[in-house]
Amino acid sequence: MSEFKQLTVQGLWKNNPAIVQLLGLCPLLAVTGTFINGLGLGLATTMVLIGSNITVSLVRNVVPNEIRIPVFVMVIASFVTVTELLMNAFTYELYLTLGIFIPLIVTNCAIIGRAEAYASKNPVHFATVDGFMMGIGFTIVLVLLGGMREILGFGTLFSGAELLFGEIANDMTITLYSSDVNFLLAILPPGAFIGMGLLIAAKNLIDTAIANRKQTDTQVVTRARVTGTDI
Amino acid sequence: MPKQKRQLNKKIMTAKSSSSPHHHIQRGTGAVMRIVMFACIPGIALQTFFFGYGILIQVLLAMATAVIAEATILELRKKPVEHALKDCSALVAGLLLAICLPPLAPWWIVVIGTCFAVVIVKQLYGGLGYNLFNPAMAAYVMLLISFPVQMTSWLPPAVLAEQTIGLKDTVYIILTGYTSNGYNLDQLRVAADGLTMATPLDHVKTALTQNLTVEEAINSEIFRGSSGIGWSLVALGYLIGGLALLKLKIINWHIPLSMIMGAVLCASLLYLIDNSIYPGPWFHIVNGSLIVGAFFIATDPVSASTTNNGRLIFGFAIGMWTIIIRTFGNYPDAIAFSVILMNMAVPLIDYYTRPRTYGHKVKAKSISKE
Repeated sequence: MSEFKQLTVQGLWKNNPAIVQLLGLCPLLAVTGTFINGLGLGLATTMVLIGSNITVSLVRNVVPNEIRIPVFVMVIASFVTVTELLMNAFTYELYLTLGIFIPLIVTNCAIIGRAEAYASKNPVHFATVDGFMMGIGFTIVLVLLGGMREILGFGTLFSGAELLFGEIANDMTITLYSSDVNFLLAILPPGAFIGMGLLIAAKNLIDTAIANRKQTDTQVVTRARVTGTDI
Repeated sequence: MPKQKRQLNKKIMTAKSSSSPHHHIQRGTGAVMRIVMFACIPGIALQTFFFGYGILIQVLLAMATAVIAEATILELRKKPVEHALKDCSALVAGLLLAICLPPLAPWWIVVIGTCFAVVIVKQLYGGLGYNLFNPAMAAYVMLLISFPVQMTSWLPPAVLAEQTIGLKDTVYIILTGYTSNGYNLDQLRVAADGLTMATPLDHVKTALTQNLTVEEAINSEIFRGSSGIGWSLVALGYLIGGLALLKLKIINWHIPLSMIMGAVLCASLLYLIDNSIYPGPWFHIVNGSLIVGAFFIATDPVSASTTNNGRLIFGFAIGMWTIIIRTFGNYPDAIAFSVILMNMAVPLIDYYTRPRTYGHKVKAKSISKE
């Protein structure tokens, strides 16, 4: 498997930062009240991840080992500031909704984890793809969880899309059902934890199914050799 | 530690003969669970008498949902279905949830609650004997925070209500939200004097926020003396059932007694501090769900503490928390919250209260030294 393909599989599935490494749970659980909130934070995180991975990879031979962590954190913090200012300028409403969780991207372990584990040891083109794939993997989980909670809690999907995409997206909100009573649990923090647990369970289920299929495909009869060995 | 507790629980639940302690229940889980259900009958009968047929329908709905949910999830988990259904534990979880719900709550409340109790709280943790939390109470808390309006729409006692409804209309309103002649739940909640009725606990809590004293608050027509009409007799019904359980040795005396003692002590202390804003211990016992909680809910053999000293601590803390949350919290009643809170503390309590092993002089200090 080529390195790029490997990075894709790792980032999106096998080593997904959200449902396998379980990193960055704080924003993951806190802002996934709706699909669009999840998407917004996911994209912001992806941007920071790519930027920090590129920069860390570029400076990896210059930074002394002893002070690498502070350097990484400062790199990440600068990209977070850039992202925050961009969001403040172009998606102001979303910036207000996500609030403290945008600056908190700095503390997202997934980002410093990638900088330390991958970008600081690999050339820049690989690091870029790694950042992109990890970011997309994180975003997919945020979006899935956000969509799930939004459907259960509010009965809508893509509500607030105009916050991210501007006025073109005004009519994008899909109302699946309308009811006087919202399933508050889905919107409240416990709902995020339960939803997250269900997502992880679903991933494990799929993994087991794949493993089982592989096993039945490649079942070879192996016999224990009992003679001719010098015990 | 959890493994030990589970094994112990399993022994209690399946009543297999075991090494010490030799005092063990002679009945199988199914028999125990059925007796618990029968013991609820006096309470449910009185609840029906005072608050209408709603409770019966909730119980039926909950039990049916519990059995279906349990069978489905067992099938998915590839476990023997029939064996697990025969122990009736799902039925009891459904029943205990149903008796805590407002009698005319819409049908989907009880269905969602029971599914949550059986599927998530019980089976996802490994099924009977493995669940950390009391299924009925975890489901109740889930419903209360998810659907606060539906979960607090209690009816006035039938003697005070402006209109009472029969069995047919009860079914109608639970399934559709309206009676056959078009009344909705809010209209049915109006008492004879035109005011919407609250539960006794709710009533006092609201009155206290309006700067009334307790004495003024209980000077309402839903009270007779300091006990709410209907509510105190329902509590008496469950007390009778609970005493029967004690007599039949289905439950131990430790948890009910210590729980009531905890509540009484805590309430008395507050009452002594300021009796104008804190109601006395008697008020707390006869109103709300303290009695049913003490005898039927906190005594759940799986999620409660398993040592005798531990049970005393467990019960006492539940009683204490109930009063504290009732007095200072946002919700009027607090059995469910207290039970869930103490369920979390059970591993710790069990760890520190392990009894002396027979033949040893001192208690074992830790698991590793055993």
